[in-house]
Amino acid sequence: MAIPRFWREIRQRYKGIGVECKNCGEIYFPPRDICPECRRESYKKMEDYELKGTGEVVTYTKVHEPHPEFKDLSPYVMAIIEMDEGVRLTGHLVDVDYEQVERGMKVEASMRKLGEESPEGLIYYGYKFWPLDTHGKD
Amino acid sequence: MRDVVIIGIGETEFGELWDRSLREIGIEAGLKAIQDAGVRGEDVEKMYIGNMSAGKLIDQEHVAPLIADYAGLSHIPSTRIESGGASGGMALSEAYKTVASGMNDIVVVGGAEKMTDVAEEEAKKILSSTADQEWETVFGATFDSLYAMMARYHMDEYGTTREQLAEVAVKNHSNASKNPSAQFPRETSKDFVMGAPPVSDPLGMFDCAPLSDGGAALVLCPAERADEFEGEPIEIVSMGEGGDTMAVHEREDIGTLKATKRAAKMAYERAGITSQDIDFAEVHDNFTITEIMAIEDLGFFEKGEGGPATEEGKTRLNDEISVNTSGGLKAKGRPVGAVGISQAIEAVQQLREDAGDRQVEDPEYGLTHNMGGTGSSAVVHIFRRWS
Repeated sequence: MAIPRFWREIRQRYKGIGVECKNCGEIYFPPRDICPECRRESYKKMEDYELKGTGEVVTYTKVHEPHPEFKDLSPYVMAIIEMDEGVRLTGHLVDVDYEQVERGMKVEASMRKLGEESPEGLIYYGYKFWPLDTHGKD
Repeated sequence: MRDVVIIGIGETEFGELWDRSLREIGIEAGLKAIQDAGVRGEDVEKMYIGNMSAGKLIDQEHVAPLIADYAGLSHIPSTRIESGGASGGMALSEAYKTVASGMNDIVVVGGAEKMTDVAEEEAKKILSSTADQEWETVFGATFDSLYAMMARYHMDEYGTTREQLAEVAVKNHSNASKNPSAQFPRETSKDFVMGAPPVSDPLGMFDCAPLSDGGAALVLCPAERADEFEGEPIEIVSMGEGGDTMAVHEREDIGTLKATKRAAKMAYERAGITSQDIDFAEVHDNFTITEIMAIEDLGFFEKGEGGPATEEGKTRLNDEISVNTSGGLKAKGRPVGAVGISQAIEAVQQLREDAGDRQVEDPEYGLTHNMGGTGSSAVVHIFRRWS
């Protein structure tokens, strides 16, 4: 992926900054320029909103055939997480026993290296998820 | 709006066609369709080509004039239509609209994809780019994993089982074994499907459609002119298109294909029929879970009943509704951009009662369902014999 495409989204990917529609109060992540509910009434009224970083598992899978840049991590767990603010994200779920993962499991987000294109290439950073109150405590 | 009929069909073999280029594949399918219709090249006024990703797969954009030119039709206007996995179906809907509106009379619509010029892992990555690259794929999601998460959600929400997923593959391979143009015309068993190497839990290799090379083409004309040509006309009764969020995580019910529901509602309303009038359907079984969701969201079964209905054999040939009589994407093959056209070819063969051992008994209405990405675009067509 091209470097500018990454650079443009550093705030969202590294810090979990979404937007709040000041017209209806709905929170969105990733950020949108227009609220899908309010459309034109929301234009220029979408303001930054930092997610707290905690949420729960909605659905999940264990990936055995990853894309090349994630091969080193294979097999790994992917999940769709519903954040406490109501928005949903897709990300890695790490430091878990796959058999223990289930809908409703509480998790928290942190910024980590996601993958790399090659030893000399672009390194991807972004959010990953851990079971709540476990990361950094091993 | 004028009534529109299909008067010609043609397709290539589906598979690993290493010795053939995209333009050769496109031309073979197109010529066969034109011969079947009994039209002459000079009758053709317009061409559409459904194609997902020639730019990435063969490093060639602008493939519609390329194929038209090598078919000896460089003078006619031709347009490529891209809508991920729904490219073929969306190309058909554009062709239908131009004939129905009166803008054009004789139109060729094809679909073609050349997927094996790149390594398999590269082709899979390109397919994943029909999901949201910046908010799904970059975080480690593969195309398979997004469908796997839909499957897990559907299992948690509606009680669908691993065995029911496997039954989709078993049925579609059984249908393909009766289809001489299928890429994998072989039976398989539930144990074999469930024992296949894991791809993305709960999906294994036999829950996933293959990546194929291949092309398919149709000739359309206004029904009022069908008598002028040789091909037995089959009417396109109606068409419906729908949309949904690009990313799976944005959907409130991850186990429902909303674009498909929207497309089906539009198609049924325009045709003046309901889902219960459909005798057979070609649905977008890129994964086994997709067929289960599709037969629910197309209205054939209540939500949550797709798995049990499949397990009870209700979707087998000549049972309650015959689903994927061709073998589907799973076993007839998946040249992505050609899929929507290949489905329409099965509908025409069934309605012409030309489907051999896999013939649906006395069919009146057939339906095709073609989907792009993880279901963010969908298109449904309904067909019947012209009389």
